[in-house]
Amino acid sequence: MMDVLYFAWVRERIGLPREKIETEAKTVADLVAELRAREDRYDLAFSDLTALRVAVDQTLTDFDASLDGAREVAFFPPMTGG
Amino acid sequence: MRISVQDAPFDLGKESTDFAQGHTDMGAIVTFTGVVRDLPDDPLEVMEIEHYPGMTESALREMAQTAVARFSLGDVLVIHRYGPLYPGEMIMMVATAARHRKDAFEAAEFLMDYLKSRAPFWKREVTTQGADWVASKDEDEDALSRW
Repeated sequence: MMDVLYFAWVRERIGLPREKIETEAKTVADLVAELRAREDRYDLAFSDLTALRVAVDQTLTDFDASLDGAREVAFFPPMTGG
Repeated sequence: MRISVQDAPFDLGKESTDFAQGHTDMGAIVTFTGVVRDLPDDPLEVMEIEHYPGMTESALREMAQTAVARFSLGDVLVIHRYGPLYPGEMIMMVATAARHRKDAFEAAEFLMDYLKSRAPFWKREVTTQGADWVASKDEDEDALSRW
């Protein structure tokens, strides 16, 4: 079981802030492919990966990162702090 | 070092005064404060700031620790708010203490540059015309390359 979190417009497009997902995905990219295959709203939210960032267990990483041992994955647009 | 992610307002004067206390070996204190700016053509009703609880604090702490090591800081303070904020309200502040002013200024700029595009906050502007997420700027990403 993995916690998957969505923030900002990714959350709005998918329609929920977090969910638990049963997955065998080996990498973030595999997880994205699984999610996109689920429903149109996921497909739409993940249609342009250059517009997205990902964190695995609360550390920024890349879409080719391994999910080995990961408990929490978060998807969000580029950050706008400050 | 103190990191605070909060919805409540902060008192800039009190925070600055408290931060400046007790650093007898630090000759320079720099503070920066970010304020919600109204939009020139489309009045801003409210700015909503979302964040990633847990990751926000750890990302800010890591940036602050990097700044302490790199600029030999004696102390650092980062306060960042979330939730609904109105024009003129203070969003965030950083304060740095160093032996000399160059390190204190540079550390504050370093923290601001990283905070803009590496701390998990997202701004949404609600105006009379509607609401939209603030897009990140290429110049903010480019700003990191100087460090």
